[in-house]
Amino acid sequence: MASPIARPGDGGADARRAVPLAPRRSDRSPWNWLLAVPIVLPLLVPLYNREDPTLFGWPFFYWFQLSLVALGVLTTSLVYRAGRRGSAATHPSPAPGPHPRDEHDGGR
Amino acid sequence: MDGINAVELGVFGALFLLVTVLGFAASRWRRAQDLMHLDEWGLGGRSFGTWITWFLIGGDIYTAYTFVAVPALVFGAGAAGFFAVPYTVVVYPLIFLVVIRLWSVSHVRGFVTPADFVRSRFDSPTMALLVAITGIVATMPYIALQLVGIEAVLKTMGVTGELPIIVAFVILAVYTYNSGLRAPALIAFVKDVLIYLTIIVAVIVIPTKLGGWDVVFGAAEEKFDVAGTGSVLLPGTGQLQYATLALGSALALFLYPHSITGVLASKSRDTLKKNMSLLPIYSLALGFIALLGYMAIAAGTTPVDGDGNTIVPALFQQMFPSWFAGVAFAAIGIGALVPAAIMSIAAANLFTRNIYKEYLKKDATPGQEAKVAKLASLVVKFGAVAAIVFIDPQFSIDLQLIGGVIILQTLPAVAIGLYTRWFHRSALVAGWCAGMAIGFLMLYSVQRVGPDGTVVKEHFGGSAFSLGKLGLDTTTTVYAGFLAVLANLLVVVLVTLVLRAIKVDDGVDGTADTDYTAEREDPSVRDLPDPLDGPGPAGGAGEASPPSVGDPAARR
Repeated sequence: MASPIARPGDGGADARRAVPLAPRRSDRSPWNWLLAVPIVLPLLVPLYNREDPTLFGWPFFYWFQLSLVALGVLTTSLVYRAGRRGSAATHPSPAPGPHPRDEHDGGR
Repeated sequence: MDGINAVELGVFGALFLLVTVLGFAASRWRRAQDLMHLDEWGLGGRSFGTWITWFLIGGDIYTAYTFVAVPALVFGAGAAGFFAVPYTVVVYPLIFLVVIRLWSVSHVRGFVTPADFVRSRFDSPTMALLVAITGIVATMPYIALQLVGIEAVLKTMGVTGELPIIVAFVILAVYTYNSGLRAPALIAFVKDVLIYLTIIVAVIVIPTKLGGWDVVFGAAEEKFDVAGTGSVLLPGTGQLQYATLALGSALALFLYPHSITGVLASKSRDTLKKNMSLLPIYSLALGFIALLGYMAIAAGTTPVDGDGNTIVPALFQQMFPSWFAGVAFAAIGIGALVPAAIMSIAAANLFTRNIYKEYLKKDATPGQEAKVAKLASLVVKFGAVAAIVFIDPQFSIDLQLIGGVIILQTLPAVAIGLYTRWFHRSALVAGWCAGMAIGFLMLYSVQRVGPDGTVVKEHFGGSAFSLGKLGLDTTTTVYAGFLAVLANLLVVVLVTLVLRAIKVDDGVDGTADTDYTAEREDPSVRDLPDPLDGPGPAGGAGEASPPSVGDPAARR
């Protein structure tokens, strides 16, 4: 797995680069694990492949899977909000300046 | 069906005319200086905000064919057809984590297609070509299937013959040619208003008319018991197929070039993330649409001319007054135009960037690129029309089935490549070949068995591959695409280990790790490369022009 942070070792490609680097950032967050729930739960078919309990005449199989849609919305919204708080804390400035490792100027 | 229903056809025609006008007006909407630039034509200027992105990606994923085929599958097979719901639940967290990185790296490096990314990331024109060809081949039958959706509606209204479909597609072709990605984005809005209106009315009116939901499910259960095929719950041996089909379809969805086009056209990472919690509203609608299949059973609806795809239009015709059935049919018909337009643009981008510019005319100017892309989009659409008119539609459905399996074979390069460059470029090519071969062999061996146990179709009868064929003592089935991509990954890993051990050169990564998390505000992120500035949208590192001077400064 590549680290989201530029490693010193990949400097070889730097010379070819005509685009300034983006600031170092990480898209890793413990909150991301929450997204495993709406990925894994819908795949555990034996868990919900049954008739009872029914709801408004719907077998469990159907209403449970539709409620997974709501669960998906809930988890992605939570992770989205948590991510916004996180990035606001580490990047107070909306437009960070050029990267310190940005060795080339102009690039043309 | 005897004769043409004039009221339905009148409402349908009026709404169709409305979107045609919108399609042409779209070229003037949110316009940048120069539409003759591939970025501008093919990605809508990459500046679509939250709502437009919602309509665009929604129009991309939930196509007319979905609205027609999913309930038809539920009507015929029961629970197995409901896989569309878990599939569209699983897909959004996956995009949230993975595809968002593609947005960043594409905006830093000026990539328009997934093949652009692969070429630069793995320094491999060969793998990029394979990704481009896979994308085009998988997309074409998908466009043809949108026509199957329109055909089902027309058939129900009593309109027969190929001429109306050709007219609809000529209109579509002309306004896509004229307005690029803006046309579907604007039309998607009309389509969604109509779709949601139809669904809300259908879900309230039809079950009430039929006597409640328990009657609907009860009727379905009874029908499947009598027929001896299909069921309201999954049979034990079908559960693995259900889960792997949902997962495989979710993984395939965002490898399709048209979904990537929709993703790249959005304004920022933030826009995309917000959309991942808004898009599931469509999945909710899809769940109800799927159940229209059971409502059709309870209402005793019979498909027109024995064509299963007409079950939903026929149900609407039976249940709604003619004018509202016309609205519902227009929703499906317009729903076919949106994805068809995006798909043809995506396929055209692939051809232009990764075949034309890479192999045919290396020094093409942005203006020439845009011209070729526009022509290619026309060719793709007429190809789709020809496929429907001259070949049996069933053939398109088979091709679409194969399309899902083959597009999955780009997963290691495109999706996993967003996280790691450990895979060797030659290993990716080997894995692709292995996955393709195995996928085809499995699909070829799948038979479709009729209710009485006889084989209706010898080959390509579905995507459920029986594990018993591998010598395992079981009748459990599994999605063929899922097994094929596992084989692909296995080959990629093994060949990578060998090539790394004997130190075969694996090229230079044209992207930097920081590219994958770049935000809109960053100086490296570009909206629209200035058409007058250097080589324009670049295929890889080195040739990329720096961000235009005015742009980042203006945002600061």
